[in-house]
Amino acid sequence: MRIDKNLKRGQQIVFTFNGENYLAYEGESVACALFCAGMPHLRNSPHLGSPRGMFCLMGSCQECVVTIQNRKVLACQTPVVNGLQVNSGTERDDND
Amino acid sequence: MITTDHKADVLVLGAGPAGINAAVTAANLGLSVVLIDQNPAAGGQVYRPMPFQFTHTQELSDAEAIGAVQREKLKKSAVFTYFEHTVWNVTRDLRVDAVGPDGPRHWVCRALIVATGTTERVVPFPGWELPGVIGLAAATILLKSQKMLPGKTTLVAGCGPLLTAVAASIVEGGGHVAAVVDAASKQAWARGMPELISRPDLLWQGIKWIAKIKRAGTPILSASAIERIEPSKKNRLSVTVRPVDSQRRLITSARSQTIVVDAVVVGNGLVPSTDITRALRAEHEYVNALGGWIAKNDQLVRSSVDGLYLAGDACGISGAAAALWHGELAGLTVGYDLGKLDVQAYRALVEPVRKEFYKARKFGRAMGRLMAMPPQQVESVSAEAIVCRCEDVTRREIEAAIDEGAREVNQLKAWTRCGMGPCQGRTCGDIVASILALKTGSREAAGYFTGRGPLRPVSLEQITGTYEYSDIPIPKAAPL
Repeated sequence: MRIDKNLKRGQQIVFTFNGENYLAYEGESVACALFCAGMPHLRNSPHLGSPRGMFCLMGSCQECVVTIQNRKVLACQTPVVNGLQVNSGTERDDND
Repeated sequence: MITTDHKADVLVLGAGPAGINAAVTAANLGLSVVLIDQNPAAGGQVYRPMPFQFTHTQELSDAEAIGAVQREKLKKSAVFTYFEHTVWNVTRDLRVDAVGPDGPRHWVCRALIVATGTTERVVPFPGWELPGVIGLAAATILLKSQKMLPGKTTLVAGCGPLLTAVAASIVEGGGHVAAVVDAASKQAWARGMPELISRPDLLWQGIKWIAKIKRAGTPILSASAIERIEPSKKNRLSVTVRPVDSQRRLITSARSQTIVVDAVVVGNGLVPSTDITRALRAEHEYVNALGGWIAKNDQLVRSSVDGLYLAGDACGISGAAAALWHGELAGLTVGYDLGKLDVQAYRALVEPVRKEFYKARKFGRAMGRLMAMPPQQVESVSAEAIVCRCEDVTRREIEAAIDEGAREVNQLKAWTRCGMGPCQGRTCGDIVASILALKTGSREAAGYFTGRGPLRPVSLEQITGTYEYSDIPIPKAAPL
């Protein structure tokens, strides 16, 4: 949920996560925009495969890793831009 | 393009309150200063600004105003700033390797000031890893910088001043706080009162926060903690809360209650960031009241390594107001050590700053004590709780390794992989060591994770940058 009291956000944009469209505003991070849209689950942990999402929001914990253009990036440190294609940061299954 | 080493008199890592003041002070003494930070703007976490795309339609709050003044001061100074730069390696010859939007960059300097602040401690429980559960410090960023609520209904848990600050901000932003779960008892707060009175303005702010929370009808559960969180229907979270004793251990015989919410915010205090000082093999000491392991310091700012200086909460939790003064202290001391001030001038300048620092840290340290972790608290971490989130290592696996003879955290790391993942043990290090210390008897004996680069995950592509093969200097072949 956004707090819009006394605030003007950036331009509204559309980006995708795992192929689904999400609305956000320029200035928001990928992690926060998804969290706000009710999609906190960003990846599964490599060992137990348990669902994970943003946690520390300051680039320390590495839990919010997502994939953008085949690169692993921290969703909390990556601003959304129009047309950005984001995918889950789940590692390839070791059994593949 | 082959990158070269850039030279500076002083490199400052971290553009929070301490880093900004250290950098500006050193630059004002005529030193060439470079300030590096991972974020797009200065302020650190405490004075983190909104994204530049957002505009306020009301007056700035007190904290926002301090942040704006700090940023303005930095802008007007001669400090060279490198934002969005991630430092991934630091070596003892005072060389710093970073990656930024324009590729890799390297610096060598005469004095390195570490002002990297803190990370948040969360004492694990089953379910703390679920999406929708975030740190207390994370919530402050979400609220004040991204201007978002964690959920329609949020439970706020942990300890320290951030609890009421976050809960009050949620209420103010139109959200519902189901409960504030404070591990500290009312008595613990009362014990801190003599120091808290040293900053009546901040104390008053705290009282106003509590009043706001109570007016909203939110219960404040003192001396209580989260026992576990389970996923509930419709993406909600079912939180079990139970009373704790004076060591913040769950009282299993006491009645628990279950609260269903959209999001949980939890934090158990702050831990000084020592990844760089550990990597440089500076001497450290364990000071529970200051948040944990800190680099030993001389005259408050000089570490045991030549040319390596400390500023702000990275060398002990003292709060933002103290960090501002501590940064100035670091800047002056570096100025003296690098020959920009003679001893009389240094003394005259440093004395009043030191006095202000001591005054400011009174309040910060009282808060620090409220956030410090009692050594026995980790007894309550249940066997199935994931302690190391990166490698999914549970308390049970850690205990098994201890039973087999692991007596030092680096042994535990080698045996279980705890602390070996991409966060480099920043999230679990303090907890794992506390669990081991229950057996070894002290945190000193349990030790700390050896610091090593890369300090943050980086790809080879980021490190090398883009280049033409013809640009690679090829040394003359040795004579046959």
